[in-house]
Amino acid sequence: MSDKVLLDYGSGGRASQRLISDLFLKYLGNDELNRLNDAAELDMSGRIAMSTDTFTVDPIFFPGGNIGSLAVHGTVNDVAMMGAIPRHITCAYILEEGLPMDDLEKIVAAMGEAVRTAGVTVVSGDTKVVPKGMVDKIFINTTGVGDIIVDPAPCGAAARPGDAVLLSGTIGDHGLTILGTREGLEFEAKVESDSAALNHLLVRLVQELPEVHVLRDPTRGGLATTLNEITYSSKVCCELVENDLPVKAEVKGGCSILGLDPLYLANEGKFLCVLPEEHAEKALEIMKTDPLGKDACRIGTMTDTNPGKVVLVTQLGGKRLLGMLEGEQLPRIC
Amino acid sequence: MSFELLEEFRDPKLCRKILDKMESELTSDLRFMEVCGTHTVAIFQSGLRSLLPKHIVHLSGPGCPVCVTHDSEVNAFLDLAVKDNIIMATFGDLMRVPGSKGRNLKKAQADGARVKVVYSPFDTLKLARENPNELVVFIGVGFETTAPTIAATMKMARDQDITNLRVLCFHKTVPTALEALLMDVHSNIDGFILPGHVSAIIGLEPYNFIAEKFGKSAIVTGFEPLDILQSLMQMVDWRNKGEAHVVNNYKRIVNDAGNTKALGIMYEVFETTDALWRGIGNIPGSGLEIRQEWELFDAKKEFGITIEEGEMLPGCKCGDILKGIKQPDECPLFKKSCTPANPVGPCMVSTEGSCAAYYKYKLD
Repeated sequence: MSDKVLLDYGSGGRASQRLISDLFLKYLGNDELNRLNDAAELDMSGRIAMSTDTFTVDPIFFPGGNIGSLAVHGTVNDVAMMGAIPRHITCAYILEEGLPMDDLEKIVAAMGEAVRTAGVTVVSGDTKVVPKGMVDKIFINTTGVGDIIVDPAPCGAAARPGDAVLLSGTIGDHGLTILGTREGLEFEAKVESDSAALNHLLVRLVQELPEVHVLRDPTRGGLATTLNEITYSSKVCCELVENDLPVKAEVKGGCSILGLDPLYLANEGKFLCVLPEEHAEKALEIMKTDPLGKDACRIGTMTDTNPGKVVLVTQLGGKRLLGMLEGEQLPRIC
Repeated sequence: MSFELLEEFRDPKLCRKILDKMESELTSDLRFMEVCGTHTVAIFQSGLRSLLPKHIVHLSGPGCPVCVTHDSEVNAFLDLAVKDNIIMATFGDLMRVPGSKGRNLKKAQADGARVKVVYSPFDTLKLARENPNELVVFIGVGFETTAPTIAATMKMARDQDITNLRVLCFHKTVPTALEALLMDVHSNIDGFILPGHVSAIIGLEPYNFIAEKFGKSAIVTGFEPLDILQSLMQMVDWRNKGEAHVVNNYKRIVNDAGNTKALGIMYEVFETTDALWRGIGNIPGSGLEIRQEWELFDAKKEFGITIEEGEMLPGCKCGDILKGIKQPDECPLFKKSCTPANPVGPCMVSTEGSCAAYYKYKLD
């Protein structure tokens, strides 16, 4: 194969076939995918969770992962948030002509590693190559399906006043890593993305505690945005305690230098769990037995005081709104 | 980079102690104004505002450089951004500032304008070197905090023979604006919390007129809750004694004499001029412009840009809000036709504007 991705690789001809067999099947292959049929034949029945997501990240390689592992984790986690066991995913790539083949191989290898860890199989895929400049290096779409194992499934509209709000670990790590790497900033203390597949932990959690009301991963827009979505859908208020929010010192420091708020930074390996108060302790116990939930903690309570709003009880004991951002966070003048 | 987190300046017990003392010693309203976007945000974000005694009235003055950038200045950089062979370099907070007809840099970018968000003016040197056939225009917005760095960037560009860098200079200076506020017969301000960053450059002396000429107190203050509370307590104390002083409570960062080196560089490149402040209007001697010997860098000269006072926006109370005469929720447009998604006036434009902070943080 050429050392760069050429338009030929998306032509459907021999070059495409070589790319599929020498690269995609090498890292992602399994009995179903290897048949190279037009569609995958799957044996699934009952209630199925399905989710799709397209990944465009700059830079494509960052401490803690790359766009490939992220594309698997993101979709696996979304499916798992429905109280489902993720089973299969599809991967579609849009590649920019000229992308170094080494980079593509690293990305696909990371995807292979990620699907094995998550215990899902890639059952269908697609590759397109577009002329240089038409996309930024590589875009990946993944779609996932899984079997829902609880009834009712966790739902963003199911939070109730009195529910405990739990978080599986520290926030802001992924978002700060991406922004820091993009700007070429070197932090004194190492920050890295938390990108990880949460499905094994989530499946255990819902199996032992089917009473869970809401599961959500605070990805784009961060914890603040996700909580606002939940309070809006559920018509409850979330009272969040600032002192209880887990933020690593190095993330806090990096954010204060860049004028960013970790509450609005993306996370790719964390989840929020809203459930009846009486199950909170048990849920935390379960979360803490998994390395991905070792920093799990309670961060707040759902109330009926300001429906649809998130209220932050600050370190000082004051109260303020924690709203949604208008758009992306932008660095400030001073 | 190293991180200093200053937890001791956020000690809830110490803060509570000062709040209680303040409460017991206040006999009537104390109207204080801060003139720095970072203070605005710090007071709201920490929850301090919800804890202040009811006799303490918090006013947000013209302390956010984005908010006070005049409409015609915004239109000038938006017009320039769409020209061929130009790369606009800017601080991030200018991206959404609306000009006429709902234009902004984000939309210009979507239409093909090349706009690059930089963290430091020095980044423009690299940008200019990497794009020798383009003209890199840096939007120079900000107070005395940012002006010296931009002056230093221009000096470095000259030393490195970089000829394709221009600066669109809209810098403004803080003390002159404070004087204009105090001259306004309608303004009703008992004292100022002075900006930490600006004061680190200019020092204490330029503020002395506040006590000497107007009999009001003004205190250079840091950005942590305890910094702010200590300054407020001092203001209450002086008011009760019938005194007024200008002091520096932020000695861990601010030298009373300021940063003479930074000031030297700033005035080597810039000189004082009149400036238009959005929502306020013309304030004589409150701006900086590029000196003639540096005119090769001057985007205003090169493109013949002139800044003129336009009509005030109907219904918008930003002018009164910036002067401390009205609070954001007293404006008829607030949260109705004026929101962060569709800002009408300057105070809603920037994340550090007082209306935006009210909208974002204040519980009804």
